[in-house]
Amino acid sequence: MKNLLILGAGTSGTMMANHLRPKLNKKEWKITIVDQYKTHYYQPGFLFLPFDIYTENQVKKVGGKFIPKEVNYIQKKIEQILPNENKVQLEDQTLSYDILIIATGSKIAPDEVEGMKGKNWHKNVFDFYTYEGALALRNKLRTWQGGKLVVHITEMPIKCPVAPLEFAFLADSYFTKKGMRDKVDITYVTPLSGAFTKQTCSNSLSYLLKEKNIKLETDFAIEHVDNENNKIVDYAEKEIDYDLLVTVPTNMGDEVIERSGMGDELNFVPTHPNTLQSKEHQNIFVIGDATNVPASKAGSVAHFEAETLTDNILLFINNKPLKEEFDGHANCFIETGHNKALLIDFNYEQEPVEGTFPFAGFGPLKLLKESIFNHWGKLAFRWIYWNMLLKGIAIPFVSRNMSTKGKKI
Amino acid sequence: MEAVLAGIKVIVTEDGYLEDFSNWNKEIGNEIAKNEGIEMTDRHWEVINWIQEQVKAGTALSVRGVKKSGVVDIKEFYALFPGGPLKVSTKIAGVPKPKSCI
Repeated sequence: MKNLLILGAGTSGTMMANHLRPKLNKKEWKITIVDQYKTHYYQPGFLFLPFDIYTENQVKKVGGKFIPKEVNYIQKKIEQILPNENKVQLEDQTLSYDILIIATGSKIAPDEVEGMKGKNWHKNVFDFYTYEGALALRNKLRTWQGGKLVVHITEMPIKCPVAPLEFAFLADSYFTKKGMRDKVDITYVTPLSGAFTKQTCSNSLSYLLKEKNIKLETDFAIEHVDNENNKIVDYAEKEIDYDLLVTVPTNMGDEVIERSGMGDELNFVPTHPNTLQSKEHQNIFVIGDATNVPASKAGSVAHFEAETLTDNILLFINNKPLKEEFDGHANCFIETGHNKALLIDFNYEQEPVEGTFPFAGFGPLKLLKESIFNHWGKLAFRWIYWNMLLKGIAIPFVSRNMSTKGKKI
Repeated sequence: MEAVLAGIKVIVTEDGYLEDFSNWNKEIGNEIAKNEGIEMTDRHWEVINWIQEQVKAGTALSVRGVKKSGVVDIKEFYALFPGGPLKVSTKIAGVPKPKSCI
């Protein structure tokens, strides 16, 4: 019996278990998946939780429900990967593998910035990239009387790079509905050179900030959070005051990657961008947020990666050359508030452009343009996530590689 | 769009980044630096070399990466390339500007 071991039962790991179990001979291959947490969160929902658009129960389910029965599911902490011995140490047992899939994701590391996780953490300094953070922020917003709201990105790369911008748009919408928009001053602070860094997006979307009266601070590389005076200070000694800071801390790969000596300076695993094989070890593959590939860290990317990776694992088992197929394809809805959303579809090479999706001319979704239909798409996506995506069911008309059909290139 | 840098015709983006790194040489780097108001020193070049190595290796650039590189600390990085050091240093290095997905 050979062993295929998956580390992490988040979006990527769960999808890989579902893809591979029916394709691998049960008499030859045992599949094991390890994750210490029993709850599976719908992370895109963390954007909606603070604004009371989603409830707690809409963004979490018991993870085991989505793991196929014929897969050995172990809920234990992963201590260390020993890639030269083909072994993984858990808290109280050691597993051997023939093939390893690393799907340990990424998470916020607020300790990386002085003062961020200080005395005001989850009091007037919040993240919304964790369930706890999004929930604490919701409770704060329910009674907040207004003031200076600063939406801030610490540094790239981050999971779902558009989420902070969506947060600012939804905040505008939320406070408008509450009849207190005039009491809230919203500033978007980014370490990049603009809210939109690609020319086509910048041309098409810059109106959004103006229309929603959101102020912009660019090239801000935070040095510390000053909890005494409620301000963030950057390395050039620029200071920005806030009453309420909503920050996206540094995102890093899991500590187990660091403990195993397998990551870069942010604990992401060096991975071939087109095959998803580890650059160091032939029988190790990496998927989703855990990789260092220059694609967005997003569920849609993991979904497209999973299709290519499934094929490549079967090729690897049969000693055939891997397909250099994955193209960095991402497909993301972007909430712009007031029940509208944008859709972007892009890859390593092709920047987001205007057009229709998935069908040329017809759509029904519009690329890089606000529409109510796109917003419905985003809301429908939660159902698709729980019922199709995690189970490894292909999404109709959306191919793993980006299509140029309908795009104005 | 076309631009002439250090006597060589090159293609640059609207905000002045080289489209093709293979056109880059030290003179071009010097001229971009001058346009940004920076007089290049050995320290500047050490940072530029490190950035070019990272980009060749396919590693995403981050301030944290610079901090952990051991080449320069962040205070000095800011002092060397004032006003958005990653933005300015990548331009001089002839590599793409750090971007988000939109």
